[in-house]
Amino acid sequence: MSKTASEIASAVRSGKTTARAQVQEALQRIEELNPALNAFTDVLTTRALQRADNIDLCIAADSDPGPLAGVPFAVKNLFDIEGFPTLAGSKINNAHTPATKDATLIARLEATGAILIGGLNMGEYAYDFTGENRHYGPSRNPHAPNHMSGGSSGGSGTAVASGMVPLSLGSDTNGSIRVPSSLCGLFGLKPTYGRLSRNGTFPFVASLDHLGPMARSTLDLALAYDAMRGHDVEDPAASAKEAPATLPLLNKGLDGLRIKRAGGYFSSGGHAEAFAAVDHVAKHLNALATIEISGAKEARSAAYIITMAEGAALHLDRLRIHHADFDPDVRDRLIAGAMIPGAWVAKAQKCRRVFHTEMMKVFDSCDVILAPATPCFAPKIGQTTIVIDGQELPLRPNMGLFTQPISFIGLPVVSVPVWLPGEKLPIGVQIISAPWREDIALRVSAWLENAGAVSAPIAKVESA
Amino acid sequence: MSETPFDADLMITVMSAFLDLPIQPEYRQGVASHLLASHRIAKSFLDLALDDEAEPAPVFTP
Repeated sequence: MSKTASEIASAVRSGKTTARAQVQEALQRIEELNPALNAFTDVLTTRALQRADNIDLCIAADSDPGPLAGVPFAVKNLFDIEGFPTLAGSKINNAHTPATKDATLIARLEATGAILIGGLNMGEYAYDFTGENRHYGPSRNPHAPNHMSGGSSGGSGTAVASGMVPLSLGSDTNGSIRVPSSLCGLFGLKPTYGRLSRNGTFPFVASLDHLGPMARSTLDLALAYDAMRGHDVEDPAASAKEAPATLPLLNKGLDGLRIKRAGGYFSSGGHAEAFAAVDHVAKHLNALATIEISGAKEARSAAYIITMAEGAALHLDRLRIHHADFDPDVRDRLIAGAMIPGAWVAKAQKCRRVFHTEMMKVFDSCDVILAPATPCFAPKIGQTTIVIDGQELPLRPNMGLFTQPISFIGLPVVSVPVWLPGEKLPIGVQIISAPWREDIALRVSAWLENAGAVSAPIAKVESA
Repeated sequence: MSETPFDADLMITVMSAFLDLPIQPEYRQGVASHLLASHRIAKSFLDLALDDEAEPAPVFTP
């Protein structure tokens, strides 16, 4: 689909096209491209067409179907979809009882006119930065199909970057929205921890799990975020704090914003392209100052340990009974996680508060921080190591080096897609704002997009 | 935290029994590599000096 979500909604609402035509176009593109790219694990043809017809009837009756009228979207398959087992990228969950209702965020998007069209491939149980999956195959990068989509919301990146759908939802525990957004060249929003309800999704690390949208424009992120915001008593971590709409502020520009690039930890440990992308964005924003962020390395380490331990706790019984049915890469990390001492986890949670306090001081002197999203362009599928500062390291955990400290304390981030001159692959930059200020990160992203500094073109993909 | 290397294979044997978590022989090498990685990575925050009164991040509100 060449149109963005906002363009589709505008055309449907004005009667220039129908919701049914938009759903059919998405289904056609999925049929053509999915065999080669492997983004979808479930396609909801009947449900989506019925829903489209309801939207079209609503418009014919002069009723308002909502700001996302007729917009097809898809979700990482850890979201509950009524009538389907919630796979979370696993073989094991295929035996689960089908969900009896949709996840809260699906229901909220559909309440504003959007149309769920399917479930998307992902790294098993979200413990992944690659988009690879031993059971369902890798979701592929539409810009170079022998390269990774990034994970764990890999299918969410593949589906939007290839134009199968204009909007997808993912989850982000340590970077799983921002990493595929970076590798697939998309705009991705990881909101503040507690901002969007996680009700009706399969968890990974309860103290770090976030959900959010991925799209090809900032406007689409804002439309989706505004539709999904709001308290939900069904998610114990959901904040009751007021969540103002971001759309009215989106084109407010940069006036009054103090923007700095992150130094120290965030200025080494990656390939040249990661820092060139930050240079590019900083230059456009005239962000000349660098700000030191002390404690980022320790924050990343603490997030790493909490993830291992909480992830293992979630899956301990499954590791006893169904160990042979796990993806081996995930299984071995989870088993090791079961052996992490409780004292380490308790200290890691204390470090979380210490780092939060440090970062709140940083936001006394700036409103926006720029940092790389990934340490490199999309690696090739099957690659298992990465060379960082001359040292060969395991790829899987290290793709989240720059995202992990930020989600550790729940800061809102928009990952924006940069195309460096002469390069065939995109790479992302994190636009980070203070807690609860999604509006600021989105404003900066929109400004960069309007200035032509960042963009998310649909990949030119050949069908299988 | 000490730099003294630890025996990951021994730890797997002992913790497998402690956790009642059977571990197949072919899993041991992968598990050991993750234990060694976690030990190396955790060092940076375990070495931080924190006050006894430092409050962990999650706060339960009854």
